[in-house]
Amino acid sequence: MKDFLFLFRADYVEYAKRSPEELQSMTKKWMDWIGGIAAQNKLADRGNRLETGGRVIRPGNVVTDGPFCEIKESLGGYIVVRTTTIDEAAEIAKGCPVYIIGGSVEVREISVM
Amino acid sequence: MKQSDLLPHLFRTEYSKIIAVLCNHFGIDYIEIAEDIVSDTFLTATELWGMKGIPENPTAWLYTVAKNKTRNYLKRHNLFEKKIINDLKNQPIDTGADIDLSTTAIADSQLAMIFTVCHPSVSKEAQIALALNLLCGFGVQEIADAFLTNRETIYKRLKRAKEKLREEQILITPPSVQMVEERMDAVLTTLYLLFNEGYYSVSGHHPVKEECCMEAMRLCYLLLENTLTATPAANALMALMCFHASRFEARTSPEGENILYEDQDTRLWNKELIEKGLFYLDHSASGNHITKLHLEAGIAYWHTHPEDTREKWEAILQLYNKLLMLEYAPVAALNRTYALAKANGTEEAIIEAEKLQLTDNHFYFVLLGTLYSSKDPAKARDLFLTAQQTAKSENDKLLIQKKLDELKDIR
Repeated sequence: MKDFLFLFRADYVEYAKRSPEELQSMTKKWMDWIGGIAAQNKLADRGNRLETGGRVIRPGNVVTDGPFCEIKESLGGYIVVRTTTIDEAAEIAKGCPVYIIGGSVEVREISVM
Repeated sequence: MKQSDLLPHLFRTEYSKIIAVLCNHFGIDYIEIAEDIVSDTFLTATELWGMKGIPENPTAWLYTVAKNKTRNYLKRHNLFEKKIINDLKNQPIDTGADIDLSTTAIADSQLAMIFTVCHPSVSKEAQIALALNLLCGFGVQEIADAFLTNRETIYKRLKRAKEKLREEQILITPPSVQMVEERMDAVLTTLYLLFNEGYYSVSGHHPVKEECCMEAMRLCYLLLENTLTATPAANALMALMCFHASRFEARTSPEGENILYEDQDTRLWNKELIEKGLFYLDHSASGNHITKLHLEAGIAYWHTHPEDTREKWEAILQLYNKLLMLEYAPVAALNRTYALAKANGTEEAIIEAEKLQLTDNHFYFVLLGTLYSSKDPAKARDLFLTAQQTAKSENDKLLIQKKLDELKDIR
């Protein structure tokens, strides 16, 4: 079995403007989706959500603020999924509710150091 | 209570109490001596009560006899040690010390024993066997029945565990802050498994089974009486057990058959226990650490609502989602999928159920069969038949037969 990092990207600033009911129904969709992965015993790490603000540090101590207005999609969270192949992991990623708000999932195999 | 029932009953309730007090008094090196003294006490009771009739206060009688036997043992032992053995380092307490069998002393001793039994040097399964033996007064045969194994296995398991406690020189002391930190999880798991052992396995009104549950609750209550051990998780466990136990009456027919949750007469649910469960559930809601026990208590709470509402199943689904994210268990995965069907509809649940692939578990096929029942009765029938072939116990096969019969009614 291999571990795959799922990175969720979306326009979270736009997303946060939605109505409380919509946000609540999105939360349920996320919980049901991740619960479904866990029910298959394929959730290696339930991960975390990431706050919207941030800092980017570049050579020469150049620090810039986030959210990163120039890019519409920002990283909103991650989980780790355990499957045999990357195709199986990608299949699971197809059920993610992030697409409803126009986001994407990046699936990356974790190479253990 | 009939005269013939009295002694087994007292054995169950008093044996472990006297053992705990004596172990506390002598230390872990003398578990077997404590067991001998208490067994001997009950043997004397059997002989004398048969001839002379039952004393006015049987419990007090047992305590007095146990105390006397202990005193006699210590006298003899002291004499022996003084005359024959020079090394008196391990000499037990002098004969003057009195054995305290007051309610408080019993509670303190048993609490100390729970933490002794759950010492990390003892394996999980041995911890439960030890708890049943030393804390609940179950005999080797009864424990073997509960574990669905033979006497020999349990006998060896207990012997090894007791040797281990002796080797490690575990002190029997009231739980300290450090002990609570290190062993509380094991203590709660042991009580949880003890309860489940009684609640879920084998059919019928097996007296040992229900007493397993009662004992787990009694021991949990001891934890809640002590400020150090009355943790949020301990309260959650107590709530969970109260909610489950509220269905004791309703879940077994007079013929001893299991009755499924949805077929139970809800008037038989014990309201008092549900109230108690709520009380402990409230108390479990402190601190910021949500444990498996909290989530399971939450699920059990919703199951005390007989109404089949959307709100109920949505709440149960979300609790199962969280439970599975904390720790995977096949039974949780199956129950989660059932809740999903109730909350989000069967279509979605069938897709999710087929992903589980728990093909060695007959409940998996029962679940699938149930989900297909109205959509595709022929397929449901096949699934129930597969479930019946996969099931091991007669009782489970019988329950699946009922599902098959109900299916015929639909068509």
